[in-house]
Amino acid sequence: MRIQEVVTAMIQIQNVSKHYGELVAVNNISFQLEKGDVLGFLGPNGAGKTTTMRIITGYMPPTKGNVYIADIDVFEDPQAAKSHIGYLPENPPLYEDMVVREYLDFVADIKQIPKKEKNNRIHYVMEKCGIIDVEKRIIGHLSKGYRQRIGIAQALINDPEVLVLDEPTSGLDPMQIIEIRELIKGLSGERTVILSTHILPEVTMICSKVVIINKGKIALEESLERLSRKMDGIENVLLKTRYWGEEIQEEIISLPNVSDIRLGLSNEFIIEPKKGADIREELSELVMQKGWGLLEMRPVAHDLEEIFLRVITTEGI
Amino acid sequence: MNSIYPIFKRELRSYFTSPLAYVILVVFQLASAMFFYLNLKGFLQLQFDPNFQLLREELNLNTVIVIPYFNAMSIVLLFIIPLITMRLIADERKSHTAELLFTSPINLNSIILGKYLAALFLLIIMLILSSLNIIVLAVHSNPDLGYIGSSYLGLFFLGASFLSIGLFASSLSNSQMVAAVIAFGILLLLWLVGASSDAETSIFGYLSLINHFKNFGKGIIELKDLAYYISIIYIGLFLTQTALDSERWR
Repeated sequence: MRIQEVVTAMIQIQNVSKHYGELVAVNNISFQLEKGDVLGFLGPNGAGKTTTMRIITGYMPPTKGNVYIADIDVFEDPQAAKSHIGYLPENPPLYEDMVVREYLDFVADIKQIPKKEKNNRIHYVMEKCGIIDVEKRIIGHLSKGYRQRIGIAQALINDPEVLVLDEPTSGLDPMQIIEIRELIKGLSGERTVILSTHILPEVTMICSKVVIINKGKIALEESLERLSRKMDGIENVLLKTRYWGEEIQEEIISLPNVSDIRLGLSNEFIIEPKKGADIREELSELVMQKGWGLLEMRPVAHDLEEIFLRVITTEGI
Repeated sequence: MNSIYPIFKRELRSYFTSPLAYVILVVFQLASAMFFYLNLKGFLQLQFDPNFQLLREELNLNTVIVIPYFNAMSIVLLFIIPLITMRLIADERKSHTAELLFTSPINLNSIILGKYLAALFLLIIMLILSSLNIIVLAVHSNPDLGYIGSSYLGLFFLGASFLSIGLFASSLSNSQMVAAVIAFGILLLLWLVGASSDAETSIFGYLSLINHFKNFGKGIIELKDLAYYISIIYIGLFLTQTALDSERWR
């Protein structure tokens, strides 16, 4: 029996690792999402996004660590946890030989939706996903855009509190991408959504939080609010000095216009100034005065793409 | 457990929306009709044999038509059943629907049983259709209905064991072709392993799928034969569950 604190988080991922033989696909990641969070889950191909999502949805157990959905351990009580989740895998799980309506009926059955609500739910998701006009068509004959929507409809049918979408817009044309994006935007709100994608602007448009993973590790975890603050106006300053010590951090944070300082990736500091302030001059003066040996100082990372590339590439060294 | 039915229903529907089930039914029907015809023809020719009257006791309708007919059917099943089971799980992987099934709030056993029962249902349809041959015989002559009943029971259990092994083979691969070949390989092995020894005296003889069918063909229903087939069915289903579980733990 596990004694567990009461937490409000909808999804809790604690020290999750997944090994495939020698290969470590996911390496000790932890994060949690509150109700209503929309997480943009980013990372290059092969970073472990799909594996992480499969672990969250209970498709496969982690080698180490725990996942809780609405405080239920996914691997101790999978059936209860799974009933809170809607999952759209990278390839929508469709039976090509079935008619759309019949397929949704089947999904509703295996997700144990009561008979009385079934027709309403099916109608609701078909309407929401814009597939009513193809209700009687065979899935195998439909275009990729429609299949993707049927995939989303399938994930929504049990009115899940947690929605996990693995690259929902991949392979669609620009019009379809916009439509699906609108759809997802309309679905968030009460739900907690995890969305993996390659398209970075998508994250800025839809998400409230970002996690970037690279080589199975979390490389960045930040709320979009904070990120977008960086993106408009406030320039962080990257500082690299020859001398390296704890007191540098203390000295800099005590400067009047500095709001935050953290360690960068390769012996450097990322300094976040207060809004609107340009701290470069006072910073360089301080460095000179203390004789730390200024090696580099420049403004950094403005849009998500820059942040993403930076996080991914420096991590790779 | 109430999710067995939707899985069963979808699986059965899927058999009959593709040509597969029809092709299998037709081939099985043709093969059984052909064996029936050949046995019947052999029996008729026997009537003109001068020695026939002497051997009347041994060479009757039952020994010349009914028993060889059911033996032939058991071999036809050996070839056809891998084709019935090959897609059951392999295809779920290929079409990515495995992810839907395994992330749904149903347990693995319901999935396995639903699929198994759908295949079993198809087997029952096959057996019922093929009984037309026997009905023709029964209308025009008087075969021993005891033989026929026990043979059908034997054929059903034999087929059900094949299906269980086939289902297991399908859980090992994401290619239907590979699944069919594995199933056929295992069945052939279990078939031949006891070809030269009998079920009473040797362990290999006991393991052989066909040795346990012989009694049914002779009109003998023995508990040990039923127990054997039920164990094989159980082992097949259990191995399927183990294979699917361990795949995800790897």
